[in-house]
Amino acid sequence: MCLAIPARIVELEGDRAVVDTMGNQFKAKTTLLPHTKLGDIVLVHAGFAIQVIEEEEAKKTWQLIAEIDEFSDTQNRVSG
Amino acid sequence: MLERIYKAQQLMDAACKTLGRQINIMEVCGTHTVAIFRNGIRTTLPKAIKLLSGPGCPVCVTDQGYIDIVLDLAQRDDCIIATYGDMIRVPGSNGSLETKRSAADVRVMLSSTDALQLAKDNPDKTVVFVAVGFETTAPATAVVIKEAAEEKRENFCILSGHKLVVPAMRALLAEKNDKIDAFLCPGHVSVIIGYGAFNEIVNDFSRPCVVAGFEPMQIIEGLAEICRQLSQGKAELKSIYTAAVTEEGNTTAQQLIAECFEPADGCWRGLGRIKKSTLKLKDKFSRFDALKRFNITETPVEDTTGCRCGEVLCGLIDPPQCALFGSACVPETPVGPCMVSSEGACAAWFKYGRKKQR
Amino acid sequence: MKQNKHDRILLAHGGGGKLSDELIRKYILPRFKNPALEKLPDAATLNLDSNTLAFTTDSYVVKPLFFNGGDIGKLAVCGTINDLAVAGAKPVALSLSLIIEEGLEFSVLERILDSIARAADDNDVAIVTGDTKTVEAGAAEKIFINTAGIGTRIEGVTLGFDKIAPGDKIILSGTIGDHGMTVISQRKDIRFQTQLKSDCAALASLTGELLDKTAGVKFMRDPTRGGLAATLNEISKQTRLTVQISEADIPVNPTVRAAADMLGFDVLNIANEGKFVAVVSPDCADDCLNICRNHPLGKQAALIGQITETTDLPLVEMATKIGGKRIVQMPYGRELPRIC
Repeated sequence: MCLAIPARIVELEGDRAVVDTMGNQFKAKTTLLPHTKLGDIVLVHAGFAIQVIEEEEAKKTWQLIAEIDEFSDTQNRVSG
Repeated sequence: MLERIYKAQQLMDAACKTLGRQINIMEVCGTHTVAIFRNGIRTTLPKAIKLLSGPGCPVCVTDQGYIDIVLDLAQRDDCIIATYGDMIRVPGSNGSLETKRSAADVRVMLSSTDALQLAKDNPDKTVVFVAVGFETTAPATAVVIKEAAEEKRENFCILSGHKLVVPAMRALLAEKNDKIDAFLCPGHVSVIIGYGAFNEIVNDFSRPCVVAGFEPMQIIEGLAEICRQLSQGKAELKSIYTAAVTEEGNTTAQQLIAECFEPADGCWRGLGRIKKSTLKLKDKFSRFDALKRFNITETPVEDTTGCRCGEVLCGLIDPPQCALFGSACVPETPVGPCMVSSEGACAAWFKYGRKKQR
Repeated sequence: MKQNKHDRILLAHGGGGKLSDELIRKYILPRFKNPALEKLPDAATLNLDSNTLAFTTDSYVVKPLFFNGGDIGKLAVCGTINDLAVAGAKPVALSLSLIIEEGLEFSVLERILDSIARAADDNDVAIVTGDTKTVEAGAAEKIFINTAGIGTRIEGVTLGFDKIAPGDKIILSGTIGDHGMTVISQRKDIRFQTQLKSDCAALASLTGELLDKTAGVKFMRDPTRGGLAATLNEISKQTRLTVQISEADIPVNPTVRAAADMLGFDVLNIANEGKFVAVVSPDCADDCLNICRNHPLGKQAALIGQITETTDLPLVEMATKIGGKRIVQMPYGRELPRIC
């Protein structure tokens, strides 16, 4: 789906990543974003990370989804 | 959030009063169509604004000829059809992948890499990947084509249904519907091609082009920006999806597309043949092209079902104006692709807006 | 060497002979000790304190068999109990029939049977009759379970679509989509890791309390397959009335929302296994809400809308979070992951 939800890269090996969005972890390829690193927040489409998103921007969307005022970082920290 | 939406609505009301006529704004992205209907955005807009769902959903723009080829290949017992979920219920001349599923090997994929993996796991079968989608999805196909070439994965091929948004917008304005006042441009296609790609639409047709994301607020503020421009007689290019979209876009993705594909004339449902509007595999990778692999010539099939999805896609008619809409053509028994795809204009209109809102 | 100890089910275990007998006496009977079942009669005879019975049946083919928060066995017992509970009955006895694929490991069967026994004991219902059949490999995806359930009507309680009237309020007992999304995450074609847990639970204790302490409950249903959207559409279709709900009031676990958005699903269409929708008279809506919220199974209960007269078509209408309006359609029946 054209994702509106930013997902944080929690595992990265070559261009094979695992991204976390609100406690769900999906496989994603970072081939289209060669400079991404562990902990970056990305937009994913059809299994490919297509853009890196700023932490502040991502938090705004996560807040909207979690319907809470303050999105604490712990909910989406790099577990790796 | 609600106060920003209220402000945008105020601006739109003022703009509509200044213009004193109906404003036709077209979005060309399936996800925008869904977000607009799921959030009931049309019911929050001034009556003068008519929001049209254009050729933005990969399923709706696929012509029947392409679907019939997929269904024919699905009949072959040496083939596995790998496809995104969007294509499963699209009706061809007879039946769809869903109705053929029991007699064919059809797998739903989340990503093109899953399709290539399928080829690795089934060396004695040929995996045909139904590669639909716009510039957001084409790079994902390019990546696996290059991988297949490196690994000499001969039992993998794709049926390229990739399409380009800007040529379709040009064809719409030039030949089909010049009453479109402005475009709400797609969020993630722009992440790839960069919002600069819409400059030619602004310059050649002086229509406002505003790129927006998928949150309701983004869409409403995008529409407000369009109304502001129209009421001031301006036609500018603007992206309010600043979190993700840049002017030049994702150059890595663009290079990958350019390496594997070349623009080619192609057939769109409802829009007919459009010059340089689809992506064809370059000769260098032609052995991964299902058309060559199974020597099929793509012949566009005239749609005979009386379905007017084509006119819906061009914003010429609303779904209820099609005689089949809501009677022969309903989500359970879809006739045209715009009713099949859950964000096709007809499905979304039937599902979310069946009752006359205004 | 244990002479006849098999570690997998054989076709012969369904043949009605020695191996069937061994399967029932060694694996099934010990777990479901109760007088009605013990002598293995062809039919259980029960004396019930009400001559109006509620009777239901369901089949369970969930894949995978075991998932975060439950398994096919717990699902079978809770699902059957819930069908009786939302019909306004006190669950009493269940039947249990197993269709087992040749080759299923006994260890897996035992895990499922333990889970069935635990769920039945926890909710003091008895498995009073049952049957076991085996099928050749490849014919049943390991195991299918069918259950039937009998319940006695709770004194003075008659629920039904015909009781529903304009002005009635709609209460949802908790967050939606938890079960469906948990199982979807294990589907072959989707497969993602998630912290999500199925909400699989037996609701009789909560529904019983509601029916006992208030008089205004008109109708209840557990929104399983097809989710909240299917249940609300059934209400609208059967009553010819319009259901109005407000999106902002519908509790959704953010992890479910994120996963649904990731795949392009509408959370209103996703299955639940431990929730119910109750249509109640306006004057007792607050009491019902408090009762739910003070119960472990209803902590996030919410008042999500009301029933109104129909102006032209009986539909389910939703006020969206941004102040828009949309129709909630009966779902087609299978959500597919999409790219756009």
